[in-house]
Amino acid sequence: MKKGFVSVVIFSCITMFVAFYACGPSGPETIKIGVNAPLTGDIPKVGEGTKFAAEMWLEDINAAGGIQVGDKKYKVELVIEDNESKAESAVKANTKLITEDEVLAIIGPQSSKQAVPAGGKANELETPMISPWSTNPNTTKDRPFVFRGCFLDPFQGPVVANFVKDEFGFTKAAVLYDVASDYPKGLAENFKDAWEKIGTMAAYESFTTKDTDFSSQLTKIRDSGAEFIFTPQYYNEVALIVQQAHQLGWDKPIVGSDSWGSAETVKLCGKDCYGLFFSTHYAAAGATGATKEFIDRYKAKHGYVPDDVGALTWDAMRIVQTAIQNVGELSGDIKKDRKAVRDALAKIKKFEGITGNMDFTEEGDPVKCAVIVRISDTGEFEFYKSVCP
Amino acid sequence: MQLLQNLINALQLGSFYALIALGYSMVYSILMLFNFAHGDIFMVGAYIGFGVATGLIALSKMGALAMPNWLILMLTVIFSMFLTSFVGMFVERVGYRPLRDAPRASAAITGLMIGIILETGNLILLGAEQLSFPSLVQTATYNLGGIYITNQKIMIVALSIGLAFALHQFIRRTKWGMAMRAMAFDYVVVPLMGVPLNKIAAMTFALGSALAAAAGIFYGIAYPVLDPYMGVLFGWKAFVAAILGGRGSVVGATLAGFLLGFIEIFVPMIFPSTIRNFIAYSIVLLILVFRPHGFFGEPYSARLRL
Repeated sequence: MKKGFVSVVIFSCITMFVAFYACGPSGPETIKIGVNAPLTGDIPKVGEGTKFAAEMWLEDINAAGGIQVGDKKYKVELVIEDNESKAESAVKANTKLITEDEVLAIIGPQSSKQAVPAGGKANELETPMISPWSTNPNTTKDRPFVFRGCFLDPFQGPVVANFVKDEFGFTKAAVLYDVASDYPKGLAENFKDAWEKIGTMAAYESFTTKDTDFSSQLTKIRDSGAEFIFTPQYYNEVALIVQQAHQLGWDKPIVGSDSWGSAETVKLCGKDCYGLFFSTHYAAAGATGATKEFIDRYKAKHGYVPDDVGALTWDAMRIVQTAIQNVGELSGDIKKDRKAVRDALAKIKKFEGITGNMDFTEEGDPVKCAVIVRISDTGEFEFYKSVCP
Repeated sequence: MQLLQNLINALQLGSFYALIALGYSMVYSILMLFNFAHGDIFMVGAYIGFGVATGLIALSKMGALAMPNWLILMLTVIFSMFLTSFVGMFVERVGYRPLRDAPRASAAITGLMIGIILETGNLILLGAEQLSFPSLVQTATYNLGGIYITNQKIMIVALSIGLAFALHQFIRRTKWGMAMRAMAFDYVVVPLMGVPLNKIAAMTFALGSALAAAAGIFYGIAYPVLDPYMGVLFGWKAFVAAILGGRGSVVGATLAGFLLGFIEIFVPMIFPSTIRNFIAYSIVLLILVFRPHGFFGEPYSARLRL
């Protein structure tokens, strides 16, 4: 027994030594980028947009023969993991990407519910991560390795509040949000803080993830005298909330946030959502330049106009690409290289993305403009107004 | 005013719980096991309903069989109930019959696994994208002095109560119903007297699944977003209703289903909605503390009612 054990130990030592020696000095031939996306679960369309945008980016890189770092060209490989739209699965996916797949950097997760806990894991294991879509401040707060590609909820909350005030002159607001999800909860609070400076809160109602009946809360809101509802929910819930509100006799505006900006919103919600407003990252209708080029390419390939997740993922991929190129030289030691990429990411000060120009702050958050979109009478997302910090 | 509006809201929500709870309750009374796959059979029923409705609408649009919407709806309900009853019988044949003499815990676990297989099977078959249930009924909202009712709500509540009543009559008045009642009384001795256990078990699953399919279609009309995991939470809540009604009681399951709807709707009316489930399920727990066998259940497991 004992002899067997010793020989196993020796054998594995030799294997490890050989393995390390073999790939150690020559450096990696390929760069692995991890993508952590909700391919299944509550918001699969978000996962699909992420995957399609990332794959389009990879096509470009492959067409160019790889990423140029210093004087060497590296092939790129994407490792796409499904986080099932769950917080714990997102952490698991990040751990797998970092420890098993040994990726250089991670794109995603998208929604704050997954990005906040997964960002903690990436920071702990010192791997740079960019969440393209997560607007909750906690995602990047005190985490040097975590970045994002979009504006923050403390900015988005006041944007919506001020827009409603300017546009309609309302004074009484109602909020309906999911108390069990980081993004709606955070944004609902930011909106409340901003609104209470310019008006009063008539109702502040909540539900929990997976609820489908909101009739009780909506009845309360209807009878509270509120002049509009702000509901920072994902597209599957938006459809149910808007329809149920209308069935309860609600005919005043319902306003949303960037989580509405999915190609699925109108498909699930139908005519009930026409004419409603929400704040978001970009408007596909009327885009120009690189943004239009991206939209046209995406549409030709996948048959529908990309939503903001797709566009933000595209930007995030290009930010990572820029950072890797700026590193200058990859050592082959994955830990060292990750640190180098993080430093390069932190050094990017100005970036021209298809979702607007960004300046990055110390926290790794971009400063960029928000867009107010109106869902037109044919169900398209129309640019209505731009709000800059 | 708000009270009456919420009464209507609660009736609709309660209809779903009642219809699903009936399936749990019936299977329990015959086989003494909870079919934990029932919530997912509800999901399958909703998807079958989606398929049938989409197919019929397409046929109607093509002009092959011009049908008015109400006829499409009726046919969808009937066909889906019929088809889903086979899903239920299949589940019984594959998952439960081989384990009938196995420990109860094994049979309960089977249900959970079948549930996961149905969910992920659907995921593989149709993908993760949510489906939008076709609107078969043009929504008409009526304003009765500040209380808003839609034609859908009236239809859902009326049909649900009608179906529960029909089941009750079936069990009370037919020979098959009598066999079910006998089986519920003692499923070891009654088969010895010539009542075919396998047939009765299959029929019970078929009936429960048909009701779940009806619930699935009504759900699709009320909340037109379908996803493969929609049956999990709803199934659990309906299971709570089945226990609350008294295991094995048709009347109990129906009433408890509506009661659960009432609790869930009225709690946020009084308390902040943040603590809705906390309060709602504390109330359920409290009821069970004082009536551990539910409303219509009896302490003797051998004397189950149906």
